[in-house]
Amino acid sequence: MRFAEAWRVALDALRANRLRSGLTMLGVVIGVAAVVVLVAIGTGAKQEVESQVQGLGSNLLLVVPGKVSFGNAPTVSPMSMADVEAVSRVAGGRDRLTATLSSGETVRAGVNSKFTSVLGVLETTPTVFTRALAQGSYVSRSDVDTGRRVAVLGYAVAQKLFGDRDPVGLQMDVAGVRFRVVGVFAKLGQSLGVDRDDEVHIPITAMQRLLGTSRVDALAINAADPGRIDALSTQVVGELTHRHPGTEFSAVTQDQILGVLGKVLGVLTGVLAAIAGISLLVGGVGVSNIMLVSVRERTREIGLRKAVGARPRDITVQFLIEAVLLTTIGGLSGLGLGIAAAYLVAALSPVPAAITWWAIALAFGVSAAVGIVFGVVPAQRAGRLDPVIALRTE
Amino acid sequence: MTPAAEAVGVTREYQLGGVEVPALRGVSVTIPPGDHVAILGPSGSGKSTLMHLLGGLDRPTSGVLRIAGRDIRELGATELARLRNRTIGFVFQSFHLLPRTTAVDNVALPLVYAGVRAGDRRRRAEELLDRVGLHHRLRHRPNQLSGGEQQRVAIARALVTGPSLLLADEPTGNLDSATGADVLDLLEELNQESGVAVVVVTHEREVAARAARQIRMRDGLVVS
Repeated sequence: MRFAEAWRVALDALRANRLRSGLTMLGVVIGVAAVVVLVAIGTGAKQEVESQVQGLGSNLLLVVPGKVSFGNAPTVSPMSMADVEAVSRVAGGRDRLTATLSSGETVRAGVNSKFTSVLGVLETTPTVFTRALAQGSYVSRSDVDTGRRVAVLGYAVAQKLFGDRDPVGLQMDVAGVRFRVVGVFAKLGQSLGVDRDDEVHIPITAMQRLLGTSRVDALAINAADPGRIDALSTQVVGELTHRHPGTEFSAVTQDQILGVLGKVLGVLTGVLAAIAGISLLVGGVGVSNIMLVSVRERTREIGLRKAVGARPRDITVQFLIEAVLLTTIGGLSGLGLGIAAAYLVAALSPVPAAITWWAIALAFGVSAAVGIVFGVVPAQRAGRLDPVIALRTE
Repeated sequence: MTPAAEAVGVTREYQLGGVEVPALRGVSVTIPPGDHVAILGPSGSGKSTLMHLLGGLDRPTSGVLRIAGRDIRELGATELARLRNRTIGFVFQSFHLLPRTTAVDNVALPLVYAGVRAGDRRRRAEELLDRVGLHHRLRHRPNQLSGGEQQRVAIARALVTGPSLLLADEPTGNLDSATGADVLDLLEELNQESGVAVVVVTHEREVAARAARQIRMRDGLVVS
């Protein structure tokens, strides 16, 4: 019953000072909205990256020379086609792996040119990674064996060099050397600002001749048995280390990539949320401030309530409810605003956004907690007021 | 019979700018049940301080103070609040009604803190407003009422929990003399009808003369 009275009084007080209550809430609204939007964007980015890493193909094992870690310069690979043969025996056949040698090169057709990523590949690439063709065919085994100068274009490269023409069968230059287009990849689109259609695949043997090298940069293996992927990883690394004593090799699985990326993006999301949290904190200080004003303004009312029998606790609860009401109404509005803003960002930019239930619960819980934390000092001050002095206040 | 309130050798000092200022310097008074007494004295005589003590709003610096037989030294803030709620009613010079709140809700306020259900609160508050002659003003807010009407609402509020002691601090101070006389008539009626002890604090002799007896104060002491 006293609790109901406290709610009624708190609502009445907020209504009586609409503008002031609204401005105070605005601080909380902005803080909560910022948390919701930034967490949505961080979570969305994480989900996007995870789905794309998974989209690369299942049971994937990537093998590179050197150590895999951020900040390490890539090691010049000692691997060659002979190593590819050796690893294919360990991995259970040539179908199960692909090799790459890549470089940034200028490609040209007539007057159109583009700087793009050129990948030397094996014919097995579309099965190891999941890649679909829109037109023509992929590099064949005989293309790889003979070093034939054929190219498969990413959608963006095909658009840039050939426009709306079907490029299959047409000629183009890769780093000044003539190639024939045999296929075009299906469009993948952008992800996180990177154009995934901006690449050209040519046989790895042709790439080696182009760069004047016999090396192979990296291997990708599609494990036959996902349960044995760790054992396979050890076997492959062992084989390569045996063939190149003194050189370190690393094999990473898709799960490991996901783990690292997830951790990085998780930290990023956390940092964004913390920055947004600061604005929520500032909003909380505003609530505290306005509650002190409210207590001062209503000193006489507090004195009267005490005179007619309100306990200190009754007064404290009344003002605490007022503070929590301010922040939770602000929190709910901020939540709505944040969700709308997140969808707007997702619609207007390449940045994806994902609203998660925990972000909503967190925003609401935090705004209520802000009300309690920042309301408790003014509320206790009100509860402890001396009724004689309070009644005398003008 | 247990007195409604009783002070024995009570002193009260205030800290004003680091200096101890004595407001009461050893006062003993007894308010028997059903008493009608005026505390008369000039400004600064300590009469308001005494009223606050008798009503349990304040605690003495020394001496013994009993309200309804209970020594308030033994009571915490919560118990003292309950004691005020059940046994004391206050009427103030400036009415102290809640703005934006109807007469009924103002009168019912002490019942909120007594834990009475909303329906019962309303019924009891309407009874009391009827008793003070305001049955036609139940839904009016303080700014829609005259000064005399506001003071009647305040009196109804003071009596709503059925207290044994009603303390009125200059109850006619903000009213013209005719309206003030009506309010004093009402207090006298209530005293005689329901047996509630009425203490009127005033600096006006004519107001004090309406009470059955007078306690005169000067410089923090009872002089007669």
